[in-house]
Amino acid sequence: MKTTNLAVTDRSLTAHPHALPGEKVDFGRPMLRVFGFRIDLRVVITAGIITLIALACGFAGLMLGKFSLTPTEVFQGLFGAAEKRIVNTVVGEWRAPRIIAGIVLGAGLGVSGAVFQSLTRNPLGSPDIIGFSTGAYTGGIVTIIVFGTSFVSTAAGAIIGGLLTAVVVYLLTWKGGVQGFRLIIVGIALTAMLNAFNTWLIMRADLELAMAAATWGAGTLNGMGWSTIAPAAVATIVLGLACGLFSRDLGTLELGDDTAKALGVRNEPIRAVLIVIAVALVAVVTAAAGPIAFVALAAPQIGRRIARAQGTSLLTSAAVGALLLVAADLIAQHAFGDIQLPVGVITVSIGGIYLIWLLIQEARKAS
Amino acid sequence: MSIPNPAGAASPLIAENLDLAYDQRQIVSDLDVSIPDGKFSIIVGPNACGKSTLLRALARLLPPAKGTVLLDGNNIEKMKTKKIAQRLGLLPQSSIAPDGITVAELVSRGRHPHQSFLRQWTDADEAAVLSALRATNTEELSSRLVDELSGGQRQRVWVAMVLAQETSLLLLDEPTTFLDVAYQIELLDLFSQLNHEYGHTLVAVLHDLNQACRYADEIIAMKNGSIVAQGAPETIITSELVNEVFGIDCTVIDDPVTGAPMIVAGAPKKTFAQR
Repeated sequence: MKTTNLAVTDRSLTAHPHALPGEKVDFGRPMLRVFGFRIDLRVVITAGIITLIALACGFAGLMLGKFSLTPTEVFQGLFGAAEKRIVNTVVGEWRAPRIIAGIVLGAGLGVSGAVFQSLTRNPLGSPDIIGFSTGAYTGGIVTIIVFGTSFVSTAAGAIIGGLLTAVVVYLLTWKGGVQGFRLIIVGIALTAMLNAFNTWLIMRADLELAMAAATWGAGTLNGMGWSTIAPAAVATIVLGLACGLFSRDLGTLELGDDTAKALGVRNEPIRAVLIVIAVALVAVVTAAAGPIAFVALAAPQIGRRIARAQGTSLLTSAAVGALLLVAADLIAQHAFGDIQLPVGVITVSIGGIYLIWLLIQEARKAS
Repeated sequence: MSIPNPAGAASPLIAENLDLAYDQRQIVSDLDVSIPDGKFSIIVGPNACGKSTLLRALARLLPPAKGTVLLDGNNIEKMKTKKIAQRLGLLPQSSIAPDGITVAELVSRGRHPHQSFLRQWTDADEAAVLSALRATNTEELSSRLVDELSGGQRQRVWVAMVLAQETSLLLLDEPTTFLDVAYQIELLDLFSQLNHEYGHTLVAVLHDLNQACRYADEIIAMKNGSIVAQGAPETIITSELVNEVFGIDCTVIDDPVTGAPMIVAGAPKKTFAQR
């Protein structure tokens, strides 16, 4: 005979397993339930504050320049209500598109980086490291050389280039499923090859086209106008929201493939859809502003640390991405007197330092 | 629809003519098994005999090379993975806790199959998570970071996550490995309670044969990808079977506490025997 009634110790389980109505789980932090959503108050407030700082930087960007304006003039200019017509033009036509670009494209890069870092379960797994930005740039250069410099054709070329790169990385990584670390290594190798190819393309092209491609290649918001940023911003917002729809699956995938599938996530189709959306996101940004490094890499990590978010938070990644790009562009534009640098130069410089720190951290974790 | 198993009760989980392979390497061949409903079944067998592989196939994590797995009479390969997740929970051998995640948050992820984009958190979720935390004695850990916990605590948290899924069918892949003996007993008691008090059907892979005999209603003994014996421990566990499956000499006596069979291995070899 068999009984399972073994000696009861004070480590024995389950005195009152059932929860009573109205009892709450202690998450160790304030949680709000709004309709069907559970909202981590700390994450929302942090993201809100960072967004406000980004908007303040944007406002400063509207004031600063050769033609410097007062806050009142900026407000009037935003609504096209300034007495001097030139103020309306400076704010509405020259500066606002650039600020919108910094905020929206930065947020897009942040979200894209968060998705890839989550999928690869590695802070190095960001689209600027694993070749998708570079691939999008390749697609862009090819279309510039073949069709000339219009935003729509460049964007289409960049999206195709980015997606093709993703397909190649995915296929080279595939081994009955995609494993994060392999994907990063394959991506880094492909980035190197694409960079060489890009250089070759630029060297072969006509001088004028080559210069356009090279300026754009550094990653810049210089000369950003509504015709470029309007479609890019709409696409970025739509794609960013699409990522948001999958954030629950993303969080569950972080628990490992077996666990995620056991919890009802269709791993491979969901992963494929997320890769396509996030590649498209980075490709749209690249088409509008060139391959801007570092924002996608750093924004999710910085956001997560500040908000102490659980796993990946697309919201804080978007907010920090916006702040990083708009602030970097402010520095690029105004910190060096009359010389305007491409914003990509600033992000690469800061990003290099961050990358070294990150590699040291990861090496420490590994040993 | 359910198919009756030999014992007469309906079997929620059945495998028929199952071939399982990783790449080209065949692990399990032509295996039939039916898991008895409402019972605690334990799969035992030597390393690399296909125990975990079988469990993965039963949980639709490994598509069969041949044959079918039936969940409540339906081919599991054709069912929606979310529907399966509402019926069948799995504690895998290894899971990853994301950096900086708290216990409560991790356990909440177990609610995934019951949620949708517009319904991410309800009273039912709150109650299920709370019950799971209490059942596993982890309620007081709920706001702690998973990274900070001891191995035993962490395993209990993963069990809580699976319990929050609220499935009446639970597959457990080596749930007690790496735990000290007190935690092993604690977890096995918990599984036993889930089985006796809630009527959950459990299937676990265990290494410790004596623990298997104590807790199992049904033992499934495997060797080289096949089932050698299946039945109640009292009926199937003999020294011959243990010798056939594990290749060790042993004596089987009655467990002085539970009366279940108890395996005492042969005398230790203390010198290098002459060949």
